[in-house]
Amino acid sequence: MRIFPDLAICEQCDGVYRRLTLDSRELARCPICDAVLARGHRLGLDGWLSLTLTAAIVFVIANVCPVIRIGFNGQHSEATLWQAALALSQGAAAPIAIPTLLAVIIVPGLQIALLAWVLIPARSRQRAPGFERAMRWLAALRPWSMVEVAFLGILVAVVKLTSLVEVAPGPGIWATGLLMGLITLIVNRDLHGLWDHTEPRTPSVALVS
Amino acid sequence: MATTARARDLGVIGCHGCGLVAEDTLDHTGSEACPRCGTALHRRRPDSLARSAALLLAAMILYLPANLLPVMYTNLLGNGSESTIMQGVVEFWLSGSWGIAWVIFIASVAVPCTKFLVLGLLLVTAWRGSNWARRERARLYRLVEVVGYWSMLDVLVVAVVAALVKFKPLSEVEPRVGIAYFGAVVILTMLSAMSFDPRLIWDGKPSEDEDDE
Repeated sequence: MRIFPDLAICEQCDGVYRRLTLDSRELARCPICDAVLARGHRLGLDGWLSLTLTAAIVFVIANVCPVIRIGFNGQHSEATLWQAALALSQGAAAPIAIPTLLAVIIVPGLQIALLAWVLIPARSRQRAPGFERAMRWLAALRPWSMVEVAFLGILVAVVKLTSLVEVAPGPGIWATGLLMGLITLIVNRDLHGLWDHTEPRTPSVALVS
Repeated sequence: MATTARARDLGVIGCHGCGLVAEDTLDHTGSEACPRCGTALHRRRPDSLARSAALLLAAMILYLPANLLPVMYTNLLGNGSESTIMQGVVEFWLSGSWGIAWVIFIASVAVPCTKFLVLGLLLVTAWRGSNWARRERARLYRLVEVVGYWSMLDVLVVAVVAALVKFKPLSEVEPRVGIAYFGAVVILTMLSAMSFDPRLIWDGKPSEDEDDE
């Protein structure tokens, strides 16, 4: 089976193009269907990895610290993201707790872990053990990561509760907001380039800026 | 660019997983894995229209209980009440939080209904091999992919509120079954959009395949 590493196919319309190396701010659009084919990146491999490690720390804070505290008649209550997802598991709505837990905590956590796993060896142009599988998982998990939805959900919950009880933001809310930005940066960066960068025989310079 | 060749005509195939372009040998081998990442190669997503339509139909059916059944039970100082999604929106609106009312209305009502319409339109036109407004339909498809998961918002709001308000026996908030139906609608529409192959928009009828600008 022959392969054509210098070609690219638009996933939206099947148009075939020759690959170009893009500058950091350039964007290649498909002339047929207008979809984004590739974008240049200001984020080099080292920057990418350091943001991923930052995201790992922020992820832990966002999950360990309460996102909101409320007070009501002298009683206090607080909840973490984890407790919020688990709160759905009471009663007849219980099945929805599983996808919620996945989308808000498990998928983002896996994304960070898998990215760190492939990026650390990629700095020395090595492929991590299980590289192929990790890359497939990263592509498959992308649509199911919903940290930004969780952040908006927390904000809406704050507004909903302010009329009824005393509401104070917990440290987890800031961490979730930061995690939202970091996940967007690290996960939406084009992964395909890592294949070329870690290609065993023919090293390419396309990825390093 | 006057005309652009398409992979199907050139006898090449792109990998969904890693983007590698390889020779299309599916005619001889039946099934083939990507030589670089091992993902199964397909010219088009398998059974795209049937799967996408089935998932969309299931989502539309579940949208009824999602809206008719209560999503949340609120007990404040002994005053217990159940509310549906629309009652939640109305409550925000009446209390003066118009911005939040809009956000929830858009995420819970406007986005799912738009998805039903857009996916339905894409499915019917792709099934008929229509060449009508292909660029715009391709854009609509990408829009559905981008906004789809924001509908999970209401599920997260119920989760956070229910986790916080648990001052038994005086006051508590509990999720109700409607929210599970609603979450299922969001997941099913996401799966429906993922099953739909946007390349079908461009396949059209074989004779008119080349009229791109």
